Amino acid sequence: MTAMVKAEGVHKSFGAAHILKGIDLEVAPREVFCLIGPSGSGKSTFLRCINHLEQINAGRLYVDGDLVGYRQKGDKLYELKDSEVALQRRDIGMVFQRFNLFPHMTALENVIEAPIQVKGETRAVARARAERLLDRVGLSDKAGNYPSQLSGGQQQRVAIARALAMEPKLMLFDEPTSALDPELVGDVLDVMRGLAEEGMTMIVVTHEMGFAREVGDALVFMDDGVVVESGHPRDVLTNPQHDRTKSFLSKVL
Amino acid sequence: MTDKFDKVPGGPSVADAPVSKATTVAPETIKAIPVRHYGRWISGAVVLALLAALVYAFSQGNIQWQAVQDKLFDDTVLAGAGRTLMISVLAMVFGVILGVVLAVMRLSRNPVTSWVAWLYIWFFRGTPVYVQLLLWFNLALIFPVLNIPFIYKDEMTDVMTPFMCALLGLALNEAAYMAEIVRAGIQSVDEGQTEASHALGMTQAKTMRRVVLPQALRVIIPPTGNEFINMLKTSSLVYAVTYNELLRSTSQIGSTSYAVMEMLFVASIWYIVMTSVFSVGQYYLERRYARGSLRSLPLTPWQRVKVNLASFSNRPSGGVSA
Repeated sequence: MTAMVKAEGVHKSFGAAHILKGIDLEVAPREVFCLIGPSGSGKSTFLRCINHLEQINAGRLYVDGDLVGYRQKGDKLYELKDSEVALQRRDIGMVFQRFNLFPHMTALENVIEAPIQVKGETRAVARARAERLLDRVGLSDKAGNYPSQLSGGQQQRVAIARALAMEPKLMLFDEPTSALDPELVGDVLDVMRGLAEEGMTMIVVTHEMGFAREVGDALVFMDDGVVVESGHPRDVLTNPQHDRTKSFLSKVL
Repeated sequence: MTDKFDKVPGGPSVADAPVSKATTVAPETIKAIPVRHYGRWISGAVVLALLAALVYAFSQGNIQWQAVQDKLFDDTVLAGAGRTLMISVLAMVFGVILGVVLAVMRLSRNPVTSWVAWLYIWFFRGTPVYVQLLLWFNLALIFPVLNIPFIYKDEMTDVMTPFMCALLGLALNEAAYMAEIVRAGIQSVDEGQTEASHALGMTQAKTMRRVVLPQALRVIIPPTGNEFINMLKTSSLVYAVTYNELLRSTSQIGSTSYAVMEMLFVASIWYIVMTSVFSVGQYYLERRYARGSLRSLPLTPWQRVKVNLASFSNRPSGGVSA
């Protein structure tokens, strides 16, 4: 079985700042893969490399067997055109820390935008699915609201529905609950838990250790651009082997 | 709409909620003597007195009000106002189109196009529009013949009619300002919007068209409205290139009929009518593009009138605080 995501020696620098220093990992299909680590450790950057929002400087990154952002012919790499990158991203949903809903569109319009514009679906088809998805995240009564009229938790659930509307094979979550008031976190995590139960492949950058322990199938602790420790969430979180992991967990748990 | 006004503090919505008993006793409303603002009365009186003096001065001036009234709807004046409107609209349309092109060039990753756009903006913002108009007007002095190989060839004086001078001068100048407005609008859109759009699989062109530009318009429209209102007034400068717009047509009547000031009044009245009409239009346009950025849109003046009327009829039953 091909890995859904496979990273081989991935490096990423922003100017002089070396953020990712050789990441190797594999995410299996239907797996819930949690990335934890202190801020600045590179976990969000790695996530953004997976759908080519950031270009990697060295190594190889594959999603479902396809090289991300490049085409390889012999030993030469060719950059993909804008439209080809867009084609790759269709199948990868992403949820951002700051939601990034389109503020000039209602919740429903946010959800139907990409299926209509990217997949060329008819409005009726896109709308039917969008209504199902909004119902599923518990917001069917908010379809006509603009993002500014929704709470943070509601906005994030609309953002999840928007990503799911493209029927992705992989979902990336970039600290989806970090910008939320504590009492709103639960609703978003419930939606994610439901997704995990349905077998969606998910990579989750998170500070929610409880979620990682309950829902996660695999967990990686990153620090300073490298994978320090990985394993099953229960093992890593309760019995960390590495000093850096221990010290991080003692601060957040 | 009406339920908003039926809700009285301490009304039924509070009564059916099992809150602590303290809230069920109506609190005693404070009845204090308000602060007296004597300063406001004095400054108001002073301003009114000055205004009265100004009105009096005008009533004593040697002004032929009859001439203003007679010439306000004169055919020549109306034609001039029409030309002012036409040249302003046309210059604005071309200015906006060229401005968008320049803004995109300026933001492009191609250093050549970016630099050329910068150079254009530098020149056209750096020289007065009056000078630019005169440059177009006198172009024949250095290029007697306009010759675009295989496409077009003619005497420059035939090409550079007053209309062409006015249009080129105003539009090319406006484009430089519009370019900066459009650029600021595009750059005001949060980067997260582009990222979210890309992450959904939208191409750069679609992202620009569907996500960035609609949001940029909210920032672009208010200053563009100002630009247009400015344009209506700046168009009076094309007087210099002998284009018969409002100022020129009124001045010509003024100088032949010895009613110089009266005809300037006529011109002023038409300018203020046009700018006022477009200010109202701008208000509704801005409102349209504010969707989503405000939790609830402010009422239009007309809606406010209706609400005030409704609140009058509701007054006996409701607790409307006006």
